[in-house]
Amino acid sequence: MTKIPPVTDWATDYDFFDPDYIKDPAPVWKELRGKCPIAHTERWGGSWMPTSYENMQAFVRMVPELSSRNVMLVSPPKSDEFDAELAEYGSSAPPITSDPPEHIPMRRLILPLFTPKAVADYRPFTEQLCHDLIDGFIDQGSCDAALDYAVHIPAKTIAYIIGVDGNRTDEFVGWVRGLVEQGMQDPVKLKHYRHIIRDFFAELVDARKANPKDDLISNLLSQEINGQPIARKAVIAMCDLLLVAGIDTTWSSIGSALWHFAMNPDDRLRMAAEPDLFPTAIEELLRFYSPVTMARVATEEIEVGDVSFKPGDKVVLNFPAANRDPAVFEDADKVVLDRQRNRHIAFGIGPHRCAGSNLARMEMELALRIWFERIPEFKLTDPDAVTWAGGQVRGPRHLPFRF
Amino acid sequence: MKALVAGMGKQSMRVRVITDKCEGHNRCCALAPELFDADDYGIATALNDGAVPPELEAQARLAVENCPEYAIEIFDK
Repeated sequence: MTKIPPVTDWATDYDFFDPDYIKDPAPVWKELRGKCPIAHTERWGGSWMPTSYENMQAFVRMVPELSSRNVMLVSPPKSDEFDAELAEYGSSAPPITSDPPEHIPMRRLILPLFTPKAVADYRPFTEQLCHDLIDGFIDQGSCDAALDYAVHIPAKTIAYIIGVDGNRTDEFVGWVRGLVEQGMQDPVKLKHYRHIIRDFFAELVDARKANPKDDLISNLLSQEINGQPIARKAVIAMCDLLLVAGIDTTWSSIGSALWHFAMNPDDRLRMAAEPDLFPTAIEELLRFYSPVTMARVATEEIEVGDVSFKPGDKVVLNFPAANRDPAVFEDADKVVLDRQRNRHIAFGIGPHRCAGSNLARMEMELALRIWFERIPEFKLTDPDAVTWAGGQVRGPRHLPFRF
Repeated sequence: MKALVAGMGKQSMRVRVITDKCEGHNRCCALAPELFDADDYGIATALNDGAVPPELEAQARLAVENCPEYAIEIFDK
C-alpha cells in the first residue's frame, strides 16, 4: 500500500481523507476561509472546494453548468452498461444524479413519500424501534451508541418504508459502508457493493412486477413520466438511492449528537432538563455536525472570483463548512442549543435539497428524545476509542458509552 | 371585527411563504407546525391565511430565521 503524503498546504493540496481532518475539519475550514475561499487539490482525481456559505448557496443553483451526474467526491470507475441504459434518467441513482429536464419529474416521484405528514405515519415504528434497541442494552449499563443504537434507527426505518426484510439490516449497513465509506478509496469495492445492492433490488422489483403489493416498490412501478411507465432499471436505481442515502447520513447525525452530549456535560444536563429545546437543538446539531458533502461536475468553463472551473472539473459542495461560516452564523464554532437564527444547509439547498430531510429529522428527534428519557446520564468510557468516518459522510462509527 | 381589534390597539402578526423561493426544507413545518403546512412536493404554505396568534409569534420568528431559502416573511396587517 502506498503511503499518502501528509498535507502541508490545505489551499492547494487538501485531502478530505486526512485522518486529522476527518476527526475535526473545522480548523481547516477556518484557515481556508481566510486565505483561499475556493481551495484546490490534485488528490483523489482532483477537485475544487469552496468553504463559504455564500459560495455554496450560489453553486447549488448553477444548473446545468454544474452537473449532478456524478455527486461522489471521488469519481467512480467509468460507467457500465447499467448506467448507459439509465442515461435518460441521469445515470446511477436518480434523482440525486439527474440534471434537467429529467431531474424534477424523477424527484417528484419520491418527494410525496417524505413530506412531514407522510413521515408522521412512520413515527410509531421508529419510536418502538428506539425503545426496543435501548431495552437490549440498558441493563448492562454500557453500549456502543453508534453500533448498538444509532445505526439501526435509519437502517430499520428505511427497510420498513421500502418494504424489505428488517432482519437483514446489518447486511444493508455493510453494503452501504462498502459503497460510501470504503468504496470511495477503492473502486473495486465500490463496484462490488453497487452490484450487490442492484442485484438485491432487481430481484425485488421483478417480484413486485409479477405480483404487485401495497408497498413503495409497487407504487414506483405503477407511476408514469410523460405518459411512459418508469423503466425497471430506473426503479432499481431509485431503490438503491433510498437505501444508500438514508443510512450512513442519519446514523452520522444521531451519533454525532450523542457524542456531543457525552463530551459536553453542560449541554447534556440542559437537554435532559429542557426537552422543549429539542426542535432548535436538533437543527443546531444538524448544523454543527453536518454529515454530508456532495460534488458536482462542471459542464462548461465557469469563472468564480479569481478561479476558473474547466469542463469536467469536480466541485465539492462542502455544506458542513458552509454551516460554520461566521459571516452567517453568530458564534459559528459553538453549539447553542436554543439558537434562534439558524439557516443551516445540512440537507443541501437548491433543486437537489435532500428529499428525505423530514424523515432524517423525525428519526433524529425520536432517537434523541427517547435516549434522553431513558438514559439521561451517560459518558464515554474512552474518548480515544471513538472512531470517525469521513469524506462524503462524516460521523462517529464507535461510541463506547457507560451509564 | 378587524376594526374592533385595531380599535383595541392590537396589531396582529401575519406570515407568508414566497412560493417561488421555497425549496421544501420544511423547517417552518418542524419549528412552527401550527403555522405552516407543506404540499406533496414539500412546498410550504402558511395556515389560516397567515394569521399568527400572539402566543405563536416567537415560533413565527423562528420559522423566518431558520429558512435557508429566505422564503418566509412577517408582515403586519
